[in-house]
Parts: sequence; C-alpha cells; structure tokens
Amino acid sequence: MLIADAIAAPPSDWWAIAPQLVLGGTAVVIILMICVKRVDPGWNALVAAVGTVASGVFAWEQWRQVTTDANPRLAYSGMIAVDGFSAFLVLVVCVAAFLGVLLADQYFKREGIDRGEYYALLLFSACGMQFMAAANNLVMVFVALELLSICLYVLSAWNRDDSRSQEAGAKYLLLGAYSSAILLFGIALLYGGTGTTNLARMAEIFSENVTREPGLVLLGMVFVIVGLGFKIAAVPFHMWTPDVYQGAPTPVVGFMASGAKIAGFAGLFRVLETGLAAFEFDWQPLLVGLAIVTMLGGSILAIAQRDVKRMLAYSSIAHAGFILTGLASGTAAGVRGALFYLVAYVFMIAGAFGVVALLARRGERYTSLDDYRDMFRREPVLATVLAFFLFAMAGIPGTSGFVAKFAVFTGVADAHQWVLLTVGTVASVISAYFYLRLVVYMYMRPEVDEGEAQPAALPRVRWAPATVVALVLTVFFTIQLGILPQGLLDMAGKATLLF
Amino acid sequence: MQLGDYLPIAVMGLLALIFGGASYVLSGLLAPRKPTPEKLQPYECGIVPEYEPPQRFPVQFYLIAVIFIAFDIEVIFMYPWAVRMRDLGMFGFALMGSFMVMLIVPLIYIIREGVLDWAPRRRHSRDELIARYRAEHEAAAREEAA
Repeated sequence: MLIADAIAAPPSDWWAIAPQLVLGGTAVVIILMICVKRVDPGWNALVAAVGTVASGVFAWEQWRQVTTDANPRLAYSGMIAVDGFSAFLVLVVCVAAFLGVLLADQYFKREGIDRGEYYALLLFSACGMQFMAAANNLVMVFVALELLSICLYVLSAWNRDDSRSQEAGAKYLLLGAYSSAILLFGIALLYGGTGTTNLARMAEIFSENVTREPGLVLLGMVFVIVGLGFKIAAVPFHMWTPDVYQGAPTPVVGFMASGAKIAGFAGLFRVLETGLAAFEFDWQPLLVGLAIVTMLGGSILAIAQRDVKRMLAYSSIAHAGFILTGLASGTAAGVRGALFYLVAYVFMIAGAFGVVALLARRGERYTSLDDYRDMFRREPVLATVLAFFLFAMAGIPGTSGFVAKFAVFTGVADAHQWVLLTVGTVASVISAYFYLRLVVYMYMRPEVDEGEAQPAALPRVRWAPATVVALVLTVFFTIQLGILPQGLLDMAGKATLLF
Repeated sequence: MQLGDYLPIAVMGLLALIFGGASYVLSGLLAPRKPTPEKLQPYECGIVPEYEPPQRFPVQFYLIAVIFIAFDIEVIFMYPWAVRMRDLGMFGFALMGSFMVMLIVPLIYIIREGVLDWAPRRRHSRDELIARYRAEHEAAAREEAA
C-alpha cells in the first residue's frame, strides 16, 4: 500500500461557497421539477426568483461577516477567496440574476418560447459569475468563466426559430471560444513564468524573487487582459457585442450585459490586483489605453446606430470603458467608483433592456429608431421610464449614473491622470448625444413625416406583474443611488481584496 | 524561468509546419491526377450522391455525443476513486455518492426528454390503432347492412 493512512478529508468550508451552492442547487431543483412534470414555466421562474433571493441572503450574511468580524479568508486550498470584494460582487450578481428572471417570464410567454430550462441555465450562468467573483486561482477563473459563458451561448440562441437569435448564438460561441483560448494561453504562460496558478502564491513569488526576465509573465498578463477584455467588451475586442445584443432575446441581453460584465471585471481586477500587483506599472498603461479607446469607441460608434438594441450595445461598451477607467486609475477611490458604477449599471441596463423588450412587441419587430417616434403619445409610462434610464446612462445629476461617473472620475483625478479624465469627460458628453436623441425621437418627433400614410395603430403593451416589479425596482434604485449614494459608496469602499 | 525553456515547443511548431507544408507540396507534385466527374464531387462516404445535397436531415447523433460526454466524465472520475477507494474511506464514498446523485439528475432529464427513444416515433398508440380499426370495420358493416 502506497499510502498507509487513510487520506484525511480536506476541511470543507461550505459557508464560503453558500451563495453559489444555493444558486446551483436551485437550478438542479428546476431541472428536477421539469423531469417530474412540465408545468407552466412561470412556476420555474418563481423557484428561480426565490433561489436568487436566498443566494442573496447568504451573500449578504457573508458580506456582513467579512466586513464586521474581519474574517476574510481563503477556502478550498486557496481556490476561493471570501473577502469584501467577492461578497460584494456575489451580491450584485444575485441582483442581476433576480432582474433577469423577473424580466424573462412575460417576454418568453409572448414569444411562445417559454421553457423552464431557461431559468435553470440562467441560474447556472449566475453561479459561474459568482464563482468568478470569488475565484482566487487562475484555474477557478477559467472554469467559472466557461460555466457562465456556455450557459450564455445557449441562452442567446434561445429563440432558435429566429435566424437573428441563431446568428447571435453562433457568433457568441465562436468569439467566446476564441477568447477563452486566448485567456487559457495566458494562464498557461503565467503558470510557466511562476509555477503556480494560485493568485496569492503568485504575488508571494513576485515579492520574494526579483524577476529578471519577466517576458513570459508579461506575455501571459497581456493574454489574460485580452481574454477577459472580450468578456467585458472593451473596444478592440468588442466586435461581437452589437450583433449578439441585437439578435439575442432581449431579457437575455439584459442579464448578459449586466452579469457577464460583472464577472469579467471581477476576474480582471483580482488577477491584476492580487496576482500581478508587482507588475502594476506594466498593466496600468494597458488599462488606461483600453479605457480610452473603449469610452471613445463605444460613444462614437453608438451615434451611427439606427437600431435601439445595437445602440444600447454600444452604450454598454462605453460603460465598460468608464468602469475600466476606475480600475486603471489604480487608486482606492477609483476602484470604489468602479464598483459603484457596476451596481448602478446593472440597474440601468437591465431596466432599459426590459422596456425595450416590452416595446419591441411580438417577434421583436419594432426596435429601430423610427419605431420610437412619438412613443410618448402611444406608451406614455414606458416612454417616460425609458427616457429616465437614458438620462441616467447619460449621467444627468439626480440619477445613479451621475454619481457613478463622478465617483470614477474622482479616483482618476486623485491619480492625476489628466488625459484619462479629459477623455472620459469628452466621451460622456458624446454619449449624451445619442441617449438624448432617442428621447427626442420619443417625445418630439411625429410618428411619420408629412405626406406619408399613418401606420396602423399597434395594440397597447400589456404589463405582467413580474415585469412591473422589475421596472419599479430598477427605477427605484436608479433614483435612490442618485440621491442617497453614500450607503453604497461606503459598501464599495469596504469591498476590498484579501491580498 | 526563461523564454529559452520554450525552445523545444518552438522547434516542435516549426517541425509541424515543415511536415504539413511538405506533405501538401509533395502530394501535389508526386500524386497522379486522373479526374473523373465522380471524383470531383464533394466527398460523401465514397458513394455517388443520388440527390442534391442541400437538404436538411436530422442529426440525431449529436445527442448521443452529449450523453457520452456526461457519462465519460463520470467514468474518468470514478477510476481514480476506485483505485484509492479504501484510503479515501467514507469521505471519498460520500463525495462519489453526491457526484453520482448529481449525474442522475441529467440522466432523468434526458430520459424524460426522450433522448433515448432512438426508433422513429410511433405516431399512434396501439389502443388508438385498434379503436380506429374497429370504427372503420363497424362503419363498413353498417354500410353493408344498409
């Protein structure tokens, strides 16, 4: 016998992954529900909503513990980090998943593609996002990324009889696989350079040894930034975003735009701040450059879009640029601003896509800018809500978007990065143009130009309770974070990394 | 750690390139070329196709491939456990047990989804067919009586 004694059971810290376990478990329960009897998928949605709330409760408890009892720790042989940063983002993922579930029910019933598996896949994907937020090992980062991405590939092709949705799924799959390969290659190079995939250990190695030839590590670092850059849709790697966001079912887009971006930023930040902190002077200029082209590219390209979903896709790219700005500043205030921005962004983008899903009508036919002409007269409530989200995204004071941009730019100013600050301000002015253009279309443009025939009136949009709840929540938090942001800003300030 | 450690990989890549390129060029130079219309058609298992290819046909096998992946991974995890079963004791048994339970869920799911029904789907149940036969028979009998 090679091993004389019985192998001791490694300590299982269930508490460390409780939110993830709850989400994954709920998804399994939903699959079992489907196996027993296919009921109205609304019931699956209800279970999924309860699961996300339960997961959120666990995440909140985790957050409370790591911030008050000062009990941040590593679990599962350093695979999982339980610190303020992970608990904060796990909580935000719960919010994104909850909104994703609420917005889905009515939409899929309308489109006639309502199946319970949607909710199971959404929860598995959210589970991957949460693992990403807590991953302290490059292998964990990769596995979590695959878990969330593979579910999202399926979700974006959910409307499989619709060629646009098929296109979205295929494009996302191909580009996603490509970016995963790049990320994996970067991880391999980092492992080659340090001999470990554990981020905390990696930091130790860099602090103990002087790396005389950092070529491998630098190359690996660039590959990791590129691979995760695809996921957050930073500009040179954003090509898939407009096509996928335009073709995929709109509630999926709302979830994808918020959740996948949270996960991408979580992974990027932890890899750079923990594992590669010693190379800060190498990755910071990269992030600054990425942030600049992302903000400008997203804002300028959005102006050329005539389709509202594409326009929001480019707007989400621009938002990614603003969030990157916070990380690139390298100051605590900048990171705090970026985390605040992520939360504000989740509410804004989920709400905006929720309204667009309602206004697009069956088959998603009405998404062009011209379809939004005179929307205020036809659908006064929805037009007002959408206009509110557009104002928030443009960063009008009194909304969360303003506070978010302000918080991010404060960090940039602290770091004396005046170029970044100037570009950010210019980009937010440019982006205000296309947001306000849509508002102008909804409020001030007649439905048709003079001399054209009046189109047949569309039926009024019907509201389902879940959708109302989702929109009320998003509007409420967008106002609340705009007027009383201090609570969340303090939270974001406490969401620090373990190392 | 130096980039030089990766020299063998670069040499390997170079060799692969040379081998691929040389095979392509040499087979083009050396192979005899006697094209016939059959040979120039798109390859389809060596059989001369009888109808135009762009038709949709069901691809059932991908489902089998998906099932295979699920259960293949199961076996991969079971081998090391089986080798060290006694050392791992109850801990290993509990882990493996929970893993198996997790795998039973997709099994139930795919059976309920009908992935294992490989035969062409029967349109009518046996009872339906009998009932229909009886009804036709009775109608014919009634006509005859009339």
